[in-house]
Formats: sequence, C-alpha cells, structure tokens
Amino acid sequence: MVQLTLPKNSQITQGKTWNQRGSKGRWKQFSIYRWSPDTGENPHIDNYWINTDECGPMVLDALIKIKNEIDQTLTFRRSCREGICGSCSMNIDGTNTLACLKAIDDVSGTVKVYPLPHMTVIKDLVPDMSHFYAQHRSIEPWLKTDTPTPPIEWKQSREDREQLNGLYECILCACCSTSCPSYWWNSDRYLGPAILLQAYRWINDSRDEATGQRLDDLEDPFRLYRCHTILNCTRACPKGLNPAKAIAELKKLMVERRV
Amino acid sequence: MNMRTPLKNVRHLGSAKEGADHFWMQRVTAVANLVLGLFLVWLIASLAGADYATVKSTLANPIVALLLAMLIVSATIHMRLGMQVIIEDYITRESTKIVLLLLNNFFAILVASASVWAILKLSFA
Ligand code: SF4
Ligand code: SF4
Ligand code: FES
Repeated sequence: MVQLTLPKNSQITQGKTWNQRGSKGRWKQFSIYRWSPDTGENPHIDNYWINTDECGPMVLDALIKIKNEIDQTLTFRRSCREGICGSCSMNIDGTNTLACLKAIDDVSGTVKVYPLPHMTVIKDLVPDMSHFYAQHRSIEPWLKTDTPTPPIEWKQSREDREQLNGLYECILCACCSTSCPSYWWNSDRYLGPAILLQAYRWINDSRDEATGQRLDDLEDPFRLYRCHTILNCTRACPKGLNPAKAIAELKKLMVERRV
Repeated sequence: MNMRTPLKNVRHLGSAKEGADHFWMQRVTAVANLVLGLFLVWLIASLAGADYATVKSTLANPIVALLLAMLIVSATIHMRLGMQVIIEDYITRESTKIVLLLLNNFFAILVASASVWAILKLSFA
C-alpha cells in the first residue's frame, strides 16, 4: 500500500532555536528542516531569527545569511540566485518553489522551509536527484535525425520555433514532479510532469525525426498514463509553465496516431 | 545492496507500448454512459408509479431492452477500467496487485452478466 505515515526514523522532532529576535528592525522567524546522515538522529526543525531590514528580499538571501552569520552547518543548493539554474528548489510555506524567486514578504508569519517532498534527503534541504536525472536521460533529450546533418544548421520556421515556447524554458527544478501525488506514489515507474514536459519538448520539435519512436517509448500505463490531471504540477511551476497541458498533448498524439 | 545504475532502474523492462487503448476506451465509455444514462433517467421518470405489467411490456420493446443492456456493458467496462487504475496507483506489492486486478475483472463480468440476465428475463418473460 501507499505509505501515509512516516517511518519512525523519519518523524520530525523539535530542534533548537539558534538566536533571539532583536529589538530594532523587522524580524522574521525561519523554521527549517534539518537532517544529517552522520548523527543517526531523527530530522528536526531548527528556528532562526533574521532582521529582514539587513537581508536581501528573497528566502534564499535569508538562507545564505543564516549560513554566513548564524549556523555554518545549514546545507542547501544554490547557484544562479535568479531562477535559471534550478538548484534552489525546496518547499517554502507549503509549496514547492525556488528559494531565490520566493520573496520573504510573501510569507505571513514564520517562514517554514522543507526539502522537496517525497525525495530521499541527502542532508537538510538537499534531496537526491539522481533518479530524476536518470528519468530525464531516459527520454533522450537531444535532437535525433537520420537525414545527414546539413553543412550549416538544421532549419526551423518561425512558426515551428514558436511551438517550443512554454517548453524550452523548463529548468528541471523538479518543483512540479515532487508536487504530483502520482509521482509520490509511483515515481519508480511514472516519469512525472517535468520529464514528460521535456519529452513533449522533443516530440514537438519540427527538426527531430524520432517522433514516433519517442511516442513508442512513452506509451506505457506507468511512464505516461499515471497522470490523472490533478494539475498540482502546473500550480507549482515557478517558471509559469504548464506541464499538465504538455501531458494532455502527449495523450492526444497517442490517440491521433491510431484513430 | 542495489548496485544498479539509476538509468538501469528507470529503463527497467522498457515501455509496454500500450495504454492509449485504455485511455481511449475510458473516454468512449464515458460518452456512452452519459447518453445512455440520460435515456435511463428518462425511462425511470416515465415509468414512475407504473405497475409491474406496464414495466414488463415496456421492457419487451427490443429497443428499450437493448439500450439498457448497452448501458450495463458500457458502465461496467468504465467501472473496470477506473478501478484498475486505482489498484495500480495504490497497491505496490506485485502479488496483491495481480490478485486484486483479477478480482476486479471477475466482479465487473459478474455485475454485467447478472444485470443483462435480469433485463432479458423481464423482457422475454
Ligand atoms: S496533472 Fe498529471 S503530472 Fe500534473 S500533478 Fe496531476 S497527475 Fe501529476
Ligand atoms: S516544468 Fe516548471 S516546475 Fe517543472 S521542472 Fe520545469 S521549471 Fe521546474
Ligand atoms: S539559485 Fe538558481 S534557481 Fe535559485
């Protein structure tokens, strides 16, 4: 059966409060999920107070401030700090999003920060993405052609190029996939919204010659058809993309090629 | 210890190359259920308060009996497909899953044949 309760060693306990709020400035409390593979302890929630007058506007700014000034052991991923690398995806205030795009002021009260749901945690806010990346690799996300490569470039009309809008912008942050209940229950076999959006990006590319073979590889009760149009994915995407629509298009193509 | 690579796990046994039929059948039966369901509602409304003899003579009409039988077949196919998805979603243990999928098939066939038999009995008696 689907597991609805956490195993004993994953149950979250109350951790410690690292500092107190000061008297001057606008202070905000951050409650952050902590777990380290080295201690053998259960995960716990630590609290930190930040003067937002002396901090950048985004949740990522606060995390960096905590790491620099309060607790060097706090572990998280980040790189671009402008929503383009996809590293800082985590669950903030109950939704999956990018810490660098989520304004602290958008959260009322305490800012609760957890790793992406239903992923194996490596440490603190860092989930293990190797399965997700292998799923991406499995859809062969590159241009496949049999026609000999033209001397200069593969041409694409303006209209055909526009077909890729809303797809090519995906930064593989996994916010959508880890918000999808179907992906929670069956991620071993279901590819999930992010990877299916990527699959559609290549199927919908006018230069790619492997469309049929790509559809063959997707036509599977688990790989594709675990999507039940719950639409959490579209609500979660911090880049404003619509993975649910891409999946619907894939299902349409599956029918189109047989009726 | 599992020493397989993540890609090996993801590719697993490959694509089953099916699923579109299931998806399409679910939609087709949904449309059929809607149309035939409306007919059933209309039939029940027009027979409200009627006695057994009237109901029997209405069902003796082959068109009425056939439409009802078609509704039974379409609805049970739809039910079977939907239940199959729920079982596949939530049951991870392979053995339990296969037993439940079997039971799901048997249950749907039982419901369908019993209902069709009841309609035929009313219709021909
Ligand atoms: S629409 Fe599909 S992919 Fe998106 S959350 Fe729902 S089940 Fe998951
Ligand atoms: S579709 Fe959106 S949420 Fe999903 S991986 Fe791509 S950018 Fe992230
Ligand atoms: S740091 Fe790159 S997306 Fe947030």
